[in-house]
Amino acid sequence: MGSLFKHREIWLAAAIALMVALVAVRFPAFATPARLLSVFNDYSILIVLALGQMVVILTRSIDLSMASNLAFTGMAVAMTNAAFPEVPVAALIVMALAIGATLGAFNGILVWKLGIPPIVVTLGTLTVFRGATFVLSGGAWVNADRMSASFIALQRGTLLGLPVLSWFAIATIAIFYLLMTRTSLGRSVYAAGVNPTASVYAGIDVGRTKFVAFVISGTVAGLCGYLWVSRFVIASTEVANGYELSIIAACVIGGVSIAGGVGTVAGVVLGALFLGIIGSALPVINVSPFWQLAISGAAIILAVVLNARGEKRQGRIILRKAAA
Amino acid sequence: MMHTTVNDHAKPPAGATVTPLLTLSGISKSFPGVRALKDVSLALYPGQVTALIGENGAGKSTLVKIMTGIYQPDAGQIAIDHHPVDLPSAHAAFKQGITAIHQETVLFDDLSVAENIFLGHAPRTRLGLIDWKTMRANAREVLETMGAGHIDPDNRLRDLGIASKHLVAVGRAMSIDARIVIMDEPTAALSAKEIEELFLLIEFLRNAGKAILFISHKFDEIYRIADRYTVFRDGEMVGEGLIAGTDQSEIVRMMVGRAVDHIFPDRTPQIGDTLLSVRGLSHPTEFDDISFDLRKGEILGFYGLVGAGRSEVMQAIAGMTRTSAGTMALDGRPIAPRTAADAIREGIVYVPEERGRQGVVIGLPIFQNVSLPSLGRTSSNGVLRLAEEFALARTYTERLDLRASSLSQDVGTLSGGNQQKVVIAKWLATQPQVIILDEPTKGVDIGSKAAVHGFMAELVAEGLSVIIVSSELPEILGMSDRVVVMREGRMVGVFDNSDLKAETLVRAAAGIAE
Amino acid sequence: MTTATLTSRRIPDRLDRPLTSAIFSWEMLLVVVAIAIFVANSLASPYFLNAWSLSDLTFNFVEKGLIALAMALLIIAGEIDLSVAAIIALASTIMGLALQYGVGTPGLVLVGLSVGLACGAFNGLLVTRLALPSIVVTIGTMSLFRGIAYIVLGDQAYRGYPPSFAFFGQGYVWWVISFEIVLFCAMAVVFWFLLHRTSFGRTVFVIGNNPVAAAFSGVRVERVKFILFCLTGLMAGVASVLLTSRLGSTRPSIAQGYELEVITMVVLGGVSILGGSGSIIGVVLAAIIMGLVTFGLGLLNVPGIVMSIFIGLLLITVIALPILWRRLREGTPA
Repeated sequence: MGSLFKHREIWLAAAIALMVALVAVRFPAFATPARLLSVFNDYSILIVLALGQMVVILTRSIDLSMASNLAFTGMAVAMTNAAFPEVPVAALIVMALAIGATLGAFNGILVWKLGIPPIVVTLGTLTVFRGATFVLSGGAWVNADRMSASFIALQRGTLLGLPVLSWFAIATIAIFYLLMTRTSLGRSVYAAGVNPTASVYAGIDVGRTKFVAFVISGTVAGLCGYLWVSRFVIASTEVANGYELSIIAACVIGGVSIAGGVGTVAGVVLGALFLGIIGSALPVINVSPFWQLAISGAAIILAVVLNARGEKRQGRIILRKAAA
Repeated sequence: MMHTTVNDHAKPPAGATVTPLLTLSGISKSFPGVRALKDVSLALYPGQVTALIGENGAGKSTLVKIMTGIYQPDAGQIAIDHHPVDLPSAHAAFKQGITAIHQETVLFDDLSVAENIFLGHAPRTRLGLIDWKTMRANAREVLETMGAGHIDPDNRLRDLGIASKHLVAVGRAMSIDARIVIMDEPTAALSAKEIEELFLLIEFLRNAGKAILFISHKFDEIYRIADRYTVFRDGEMVGEGLIAGTDQSEIVRMMVGRAVDHIFPDRTPQIGDTLLSVRGLSHPTEFDDISFDLRKGEILGFYGLVGAGRSEVMQAIAGMTRTSAGTMALDGRPIAPRTAADAIREGIVYVPEERGRQGVVIGLPIFQNVSLPSLGRTSSNGVLRLAEEFALARTYTERLDLRASSLSQDVGTLSGGNQQKVVIAKWLATQPQVIILDEPTKGVDIGSKAAVHGFMAELVAEGLSVIIVSSELPEILGMSDRVVVMREGRMVGVFDNSDLKAETLVRAAAGIAE
Repeated sequence: MTTATLTSRRIPDRLDRPLTSAIFSWEMLLVVVAIAIFVANSLASPYFLNAWSLSDLTFNFVEKGLIALAMALLIIAGEIDLSVAAIIALASTIMGLALQYGVGTPGLVLVGLSVGLACGAFNGLLVTRLALPSIVVTIGTMSLFRGIAYIVLGDQAYRGYPPSFAFFGQGYVWWVISFEIVLFCAMAVVFWFLLHRTSFGRTVFVIGNNPVAAAFSGVRVERVKFILFCLTGLMAGVASVLLTSRLGSTRPSIAQGYELEVITMVVLGGVSILGGSGSIIGVVLAAIIMGLVTFGLGLLNVPGIVMSIFIGLLLITVIALPILWRRLREGTPA
């Protein structure tokens, strides 16, 4: 489907491989499969979140509220677990998905029915959701001793040698891949981003597609709410504070165009892993973690430059080199 | 590729009754303040091309939008095969088999050709998922049937030229077995070769029994390809019939409502010394070694096929692009404008081709549009002086006979012809010496065309010099004192316009030997 | 059409009377909202209506408001800068660094302003020279600038700013009138004049509406945008001086989240996020409203994080209301 897409992913994979190789020169233990899989596991949540954000950005929108959504849903689920430990974890996961979807739908309705620009809507809900987290919890935290064992254990358990958390990510990647490449909804998302007018003529309801995109990002954020609080065994209003930037960074590095219509699942996964490798490598090569922020910033800028390079249209070539 | 010629088709004998495939009757449509269509009727016959002719603002595009379901009529009926149908949305019209190709493609640049053809009706696997393999194969088949087998279904649409994009649009129509194909100014950006290929495609569609609506300003094309014609004027249908046996001037009379004999103003050119001289102007990719002189009081025509590089040369002269070599001199004094502002200061202004995108700033009032390049003169030390701006705008909009309710009106609410007046007013207000007009009457109705030409004559009579870039031979031959012909970025001739034949220009532009 | 005489064909300059359009404007809506919140605050807390209280109120919004003045022009021109809070952090860090080297107050101010200007110029170059979309570029520089602050300072803090430096953020010009509010009023006038009364300001509107036509009309689009980015960075530098002076210390984590509040101020002020329209008066009113809300809630001991719910809802409601109102009036189904 267009060699451009393949190009970008290959470069990104090569860059990641190069980084790993460079670190492995000094610290061979970094390049072992076990180590790399643990990086994947550590960044599974980011991968899942970035996939949700990708869908939104593809429709020429943006969702700044995903991290706050995560915090609220995580708190809600943790508080429920603390108060009613007998509720099965599966039900809590469903609850997380539902709450996340509802919050996403709130964003979506404002964008769809009132036509408010997404950046403005999610700027508002970013603070509203996080403030609501405070109101919900009364400012209190929920930590390990209040969470039930099954709540914490689920995503730590292993299946075929991989932690369940990683499986959540793998399943999400597979679902999104099918969704984006093999369903009408997925293709409508791309069409709406590439050319909204033509999409309308082709029978695609662009507003509704955007709404669905926000529901998807909200649902994903909700799921990650559960994953986050159970992984870090903490639910507080500070959870994932500022994480929205990392999510967008993963997308941008992964080749998703902020102008909409361009981006792939593979690219986003690689973008998140790129940030992951940087994050994991720094402590190994003894660079203070304080460097991480600046390095991610530089990576984002570089990625944007490369994105722009790829989208650049060639200037009119009118002169034919004189053929005798 | 198809090998039929244009005239080789099954034409029903004149007078024989053929059932129309699509009929519109009594269609009316109004917008706030404007009655776009009044009780209009149209019939499209299978296997025949009907030309829709009319000035801008006559209602053609509104009608097309009604036929393709984008607008709904206030009154009237649409029937396919004599069954009344409802077209509440663009998608509904598409499902009914009504498709359109427009000047600007309404397709998806970043999706593949195959997906563009099958978007919305992609083949599915048993599990209900999209079947890409079958889609690609089907796309290949559709393109080959149309004689467009050279297009690769996996290519991004963005990488194709406009002619191929038109083919993909038609391919989309063919994929749903569309029966009605509307073509809105399809030859606008095509080269002569591509126009020939398009006509072959129209032949193919005609033979396949499709009903084709062909909208164009170009009489030579209409007379070549169409079987029937319908003329619109001011939102009403004023004439229809068979092309065969109808004189061109007859159709023009229906369009304009009066006999049009003099389209071009009579002039006695008073040409003085060289004003602007260009030597060896070159650009790495767009043009090479352009040299010519523009004299005072002269209208210099620049002719060539679309994509010959004329606009690029003009934009370089007007300071918008950087050149790699060459010199320019104004009144003997060397100049080197590196920005548009430099050129404006030297008195060289460029009126761009795309009025809406490059000419007016929609969202801003008329007077601010007019004063924009002249802000240096109307402000003092960078501080705005509204009184001066209004005065400037008033002077020049009155001179051009602008129709608007107030100078503070958003320029976006004006009609196309009036917007063009604002653009010209804006440039006149800078009191230029050289005014470059790039396709000034493209897509403009005959009445406004005449106004623009008359105005050009006035300007040169006052001592300005005009360069007109145009792809319309009658305009070039009717207005220019001399004609420069460009081909593929190079100049291929400068012709004096005395006894100049259209064929000479066409041959030069296409590179055909004498 | 009947024959018209030349004089009767004259197109008038304006149709509507300025007074009518002023009453139904966004700015008037903001004035009403501001008065309503002022009244609500007075009723809700006895501490509100006194001179010193109201003076303290100004500290809530002046620093962000200064940046909002410049950000408004940038957004009207069709761009955005999400890195302003990071610029504050970096400028403050470099000022603190200079402080360690014994630089005095005038030098510190110069350092702060220069860092702000340099960061703005960096953003400007990336956007105009490399033609990159400003939203993602400034997400990148946001991390880069704050990242550099972290590299320099880590989790430490710089303290020990000289007393003369404290004047900017803590000093009063006369009675309750703080230096900050005086500076804000002065800059508001300057920016109002720049945007609404100069040809530079006119080009900002033109670029926001149609940058292509602007370029064809001789406007130096890239140069104007570059200047706007520099201006935004400079105002972030000014805000950094004020904030550092007010806090008396520097940490790399200061001003976290300010960029979103600044943008909220700008959008609440009636500037369209899509560019092309807006006014300084609106932005000033929005800054005051946000100050009123946060200060009023603070007097009621509402935690900061809950305050932001109010701000978020205020933003959405104020944007949504005119749209709903228009829908109801026209009777169009949603």
